[in-house]
Amino acid sequence: MPILVALACAVLAASQAGSPVPGQDGGLTAFVGAHLIPVEGAEIERGVLLVQDGRIVALGAVGKLAVPAGAEVVELSGRTLMPGLVCTHSHVGEPWGADRSSPIQPEARALDGMDVRAPSVARARAGGLTTLNCMPGSGHLISGQTVYIKLRAGDTIEELAYRNPDGSLMGGLKMANGTNPQGEPPFPGTRAKSAALVRQRFVAAQEYRDKLARGAGGPDKLPPRDLALEALVEVLEGKRVVHHHTHRHDDILTVLRLSQEFGFRVVLHHVSEAWKVADEIAAARAGVSAILVDAPGGKQEATEISFETPRILCAAGVRVALHTDDYITDSRLFLRMAGLSVRGGLSRELALQGVTLAGAELLDLDQRVGSLAPGKDADFIVLDGDPLSVYTHVLQTWVEGRKVFDLDDPEDRLLAVGGPGAGDERPFTDCCAGVR
Amino acid sequence: MRALHVLLTGLSLVSCLQAPRAAEAPAAELQAVPGRIAVRAGVLHTMAGPAIQDGVVLIDGGRIVAVGLASEIAVPDGWPVREAAVVTPGLVDARSSVGLAGWLNIPHDQDEVDRSESIQPELRAIDAYNAREPLVEYLRSFGVTTVHTGHAPEALIAGQTMVVKLKGDTVEDGVLVGEAMVAAALGAPAQRDTNPGTRSKSAAMLRAALIGAQDYTQRRSNPGEGEPPARDLRQEVLGRVLNGQTPLLVYAQRANDIMTALRLRAEFPGLRLVLDGACEAPLVLDEIRAAGVPVICHPTMQRASAETRSLSMDTPRVLLEAGIATALQSGYESYVPRTRVVLFEAAIAARHGLAFEQALGLVTIDAARILGVDQRVGSLEVGKDGDLALYDGDPFEYVTHCVGTVIEGTLVSELVR
Repeated sequence: MPILVALACAVLAASQAGSPVPGQDGGLTAFVGAHLIPVEGAEIERGVLLVQDGRIVALGAVGKLAVPAGAEVVELSGRTLMPGLVCTHSHVGEPWGADRSSPIQPEARALDGMDVRAPSVARARAGGLTTLNCMPGSGHLISGQTVYIKLRAGDTIEELAYRNPDGSLMGGLKMANGTNPQGEPPFPGTRAKSAALVRQRFVAAQEYRDKLARGAGGPDKLPPRDLALEALVEVLEGKRVVHHHTHRHDDILTVLRLSQEFGFRVVLHHVSEAWKVADEIAAARAGVSAILVDAPGGKQEATEISFETPRILCAAGVRVALHTDDYITDSRLFLRMAGLSVRGGLSRELALQGVTLAGAELLDLDQRVGSLAPGKDADFIVLDGDPLSVYTHVLQTWVEGRKVFDLDDPEDRLLAVGGPGAGDERPFTDCCAGVR
Repeated sequence: MRALHVLLTGLSLVSCLQAPRAAEAPAAELQAVPGRIAVRAGVLHTMAGPAIQDGVVLIDGGRIVAVGLASEIAVPDGWPVREAAVVTPGLVDARSSVGLAGWLNIPHDQDEVDRSESIQPELRAIDAYNAREPLVEYLRSFGVTTVHTGHAPEALIAGQTMVVKLKGDTVEDGVLVGEAMVAAALGAPAQRDTNPGTRSKSAAMLRAALIGAQDYTQRRSNPGEGEPPARDLRQEVLGRVLNGQTPLLVYAQRANDIMTALRLRAEFPGLRLVLDGACEAPLVLDEIRAAGVPVICHPTMQRASAETRSLSMDTPRVLLEAGIATALQSGYESYVPRTRVVLFEAAIAARHGLAFEQALGLVTIDAARILGVDQRVGSLEVGKDGDLALYDGDPFEYVTHCVGTVIEGTLVSELVR
């Protein structure tokens, strides 16, 4: 992987020279002169961002925040610097998750199917993405466990995945309703059947949870381990967020109904018709991860999709993040989604939060990422213009104080723009052929 | 209300740039004469010369009767007037399946390919195009006024294409060229389990079909002593491909498929070839240029897959720099989104190194030339159709809105999109 080779060379060169890698190894690095968009707090026309040990130490205006003596200075005058982008719904790395044997497979883990060396993952870095929710599926009621990853330089899912306090890899649960999971038996044929199958499974998980509680006194009293129900118990206990594909207004309400019956935390994804039920979504305090695509349709449920959805939902008080659904839209143009949201009437501030902080909140990662703030991970991108302009390019992507993408590097440029040698691809038909 | 606000903002911006001239009555109140309208622009991109600051276009009887500086061209009294910050020619989408491919994407509205046979050039686009398809209205609201649409690149020869204005309720209302091209495909989209199952078989079948049509044409015109062959619609269309009357549009993404298309053209000298897609064209630029073949380039935001793994967002720039006649397409989409919008695709071309008017040319005058309709559309010149797109800013910016679309002097969309 060219990025890694370049980084390895950089590390080697730095250690030979006896100087610290920027932002790493205890050294203090100052990124000076860029227009800072912290996302939380006002934009800073010419700013200083101080980074140490992969974290943000401080930020402020040039002249107000001093660059400490001995700090390595990275000059960024004329550039724009903002947090690394957070995509709440991606299929990069192609983590298929569940197979076609049944519609409910919570035991299937995206982390076991992720190829973190896939060109799609590298292209996400080129788009300025630093945190992703990688989703299995689709085409099931429950397609499996999602995995939250940080696009640091690494070759294994273990190196990239976020971790829970117990060390396990962090993620949610991918669910879907509407026409997407429908099919020949054992897949459901109607919406009511879909809901009944899901309810029956969550009832089983409640009973399993109760057996686990009763058997807590000794191993001989515990029920046999059930990987599927274990994952659903995590959902019932709020440890695992449900990421729910849903389009039609009544399907959205069905998700909210199930969420309330079983008390699970849910983020509504895609939501073509959410603008019809904005108040209901707000009342349920469900988060939304929205997508905007270039034309309506392709399937009946998406005929009323609108660029105005983020504006309408935010006005109703819903927290709205945006997502690529890569392969549906290209990670390299994720900022375009924020631009199209503004085209639909959303404020600049909320649009930029939609590709950063709002996503971090919906993934329970906002204490670490999503904005430029002291103590947060030094995940940021360097742009050559305003983030909402079509003419702006991502020049660099930094994760935890380390540069993982540089448009000036010919290999990285090939990923960013495309061309012969840009990478082998797996046909999209592996994923969603015939799925509506 | 928001739409109205944006429109008013756009208007006030323009009025800062120029002195008021004609009566500012809303167009709706002045629909006295169909096909008559004056459109004033803060910036007018005619695509027939440099952009005009503070320009005006007068359209009467559906045709442009004057275009130039607002300070030099008076708007006649009583004409309806529209204003916008930026005005361009109506956009020309050089390759689509919209109208045959509908937004529901179910059998009810999937007419872009019939899979019963591999070679069916007799299938006419005009017999399948649905002028009331919602995607047609959708494209129109972004300033698209002319579309080269028809059978999708989903079979060896899927059928015909046509050029249509996005106006009216019937195909007859809008059609410019009924039989524009015959749509062929090479590579994976052409292949079946059998007939053809490989690239070699695809080429062999195409050659055999064309040779068969040569023979048919000769025996029809000069039967000699025997009976002339019975009329055969398929052979007739291929005959028009062979004599260059109807170009052959060949979808070819990989370099080897592009070369196969060029080989066909060399074998049948009368054949007019147009390349469709051509994502690996940068690997065979010299060959394409030497053959003088135009390229209707893949959408800049097309997704990479097995056949298109070399896709690049800067292919249009590379083609233009090589001196190859190039237009941009929305292409064929089988899922979500069901269509692309050439305005958005050209924007990404502009993002990747093309000057503004070069990128705009890909979806206006250059597209019109490749389609052979540049006498009617693609630029703003006296005598050409009064087709315009109105924007409240740089048309390529994500945050800009299309605020109006005019086809032949009639305002066909007032949505703020």
